[in-house]
Amino acid sequence: MATSRASALPGFGLTMGYTLAYLGLVVLLPLGALLIRVTSMTWADFGKVAFSDRALAAYRLTFGASFLAASLNAVLGTLLAWVLTRYRFPGRKFLDALVDFPFALPTAVAGLTLANLFSQNGWLGRFLVPLDIRLAYTTGGIVMALTFVSLPFVVRTLQPVLEDFEVELEEAAATLGAGRWRTFRSVVLPALLPALLTGFALAFARAVGEYGSVIFISTNKPYVSEITPQVIMGWLDQFEYASAMAVAVVMLAASFAILVTINLLERWASRFQR
Amino acid sequence: MAGGIPRTARAAGDAKSRRGIEEPAWMRRVLIGLAVAFVGVFLLVPLANVFAQAMAKGWPAYQKSLGHPDTLASVRLTLLVSACCVPLNLVFGVIAAWAVAKFQFRGKALLITLIDLPFSVSPVVSGLIYVVMFGAQGVLGPWLDARDIQIIFAMPGIVLATLFVTFPFVARELIPLMEAQGSDAEQAALTLGASGWQTFRHVTLPSVKWGLLYGVILCNARAMGEFGAVSVVSGHISGVTETLPLRIEKLHQEYQAVGAFSAASLLAILALVTLGLKTWLERRQAIEHARGQNDSPSLP
Repeated sequence: MATSRASALPGFGLTMGYTLAYLGLVVLLPLGALLIRVTSMTWADFGKVAFSDRALAAYRLTFGASFLAASLNAVLGTLLAWVLTRYRFPGRKFLDALVDFPFALPTAVAGLTLANLFSQNGWLGRFLVPLDIRLAYTTGGIVMALTFVSLPFVVRTLQPVLEDFEVELEEAAATLGAGRWRTFRSVVLPALLPALLTGFALAFARAVGEYGSVIFISTNKPYVSEITPQVIMGWLDQFEYASAMAVAVVMLAASFAILVTINLLERWASRFQR
Repeated sequence: MAGGIPRTARAAGDAKSRRGIEEPAWMRRVLIGLAVAFVGVFLLVPLANVFAQAMAKGWPAYQKSLGHPDTLASVRLTLLVSACCVPLNLVFGVIAAWAVAKFQFRGKALLITLIDLPFSVSPVVSGLIYVVMFGAQGVLGPWLDARDIQIIFAMPGIVLATLFVTFPFVARELIPLMEAQGSDAEQAALTLGASGWQTFRHVTLPSVKWGLLYGVILCNARAMGEFGAVSVVSGHISGVTETLPLRIEKLHQEYQAVGAFSAASLLAILALVTLGLKTWLERRQAIEHARGQNDSPSLP
């Protein structure tokens, strides 16, 4: 069996030792330090900061805007993945490569240019602002920045599934008299659902933690337009480490919950393939 | 077994039965149009805007703002930080991939999850954990202070925070690749008398080189572009602890639009180069993969 054969290779002890030591030093030790520091706070102190009105307002904005951004991405990402896998047209490969652009572009640049584009004198803002569509320095702008930075996730999780999709199923539906839309809704979409949800969750996770692009396009007002990472920054600027840590632990717990969800979704999705 | 229709037969089937399973031409055109318009407005226009705003006051103003000593210093620091982080995470990625992909052990799934962990931590929290560790009020703060070692609000802190956020890139690229390749080739090399290092150097490394490069490119892009984590530990001292992304923020706050966009244009060029290399590598990998499948018929 593969198990016994694989163990004949040399270097397990050395490489595993290095892996664990480096992982411990760079990732686990600092994360552990944060958790240990927080446990020295009393519950009352922790709750006072972590669930203060300012923090709660920030959680609402962060999770609400991230949910909207991930939902937008679910729709637009499905469209993009469908067009990229099903159709052949000039410029398709260029379009496909561009989808990864938000991953390659540093978030500060994304925030800077989006805020400028949609401001009153910007290339897009000069048309949109007279129509009363204000995306710079509004909640809508935060949703847009989050949509931008998390755009590739849904496309990239759907693409392989669509490529491997059994066309025979669609043919069967067509033979049975289903129209194109009916086939998509009743045959293709249910099969895409696990991957779509995984992509949604990945996009949501990315959006929840995002900081760089948002601060350029938000007015950054406490209680109004402040996302959770900004609350942490705010406490840090005042050297209120304990308060910053309390809010950070709430964020960590949220990321952990999303991570577990993504793992479960991926396991579910893998049952649909082969 | 389930999807065991041979490639050619399926392709032929595709060609024959396009009619029942494809949208009418007008709808195809509408969908393609929508996708192109969306990517154009949402991705290309912001990119073009970076360069247009940087050049808003002409080429000389662009050159002048890039030549500002603080901007030059931020470019230097960004290059230096990336030059520290990428090799460290590259070495880690290769070693971790060897340990995880070539051996069976308990807790493997947990180890992979832990390696991926930094990706799911918010950048600001990633910076904060190092402040908690090494800051003035941190766990090691008094100890470091007594020895006059400064980590936070100095370059070591920036390197550490960047190390954390770019930690998984190379490893997560190599682990699935090396797992898929199994260890038969390595077994053969060892049987023929090669040492462990020779086997790695001449058998394993060549077969994963494109994936390795791919991970390095993504790691580098993130290292140079990281904002949140670095912002927490930097201290924002112009010319000293300001990386290029932080320099953009500073200039933006000072209402120096041309300056901010000029600095941003450098990072936009980095993004374009990254994207180009990434696309090229993906094509190389696909070619290599196809060739590999033809060369060695898989055993039953």
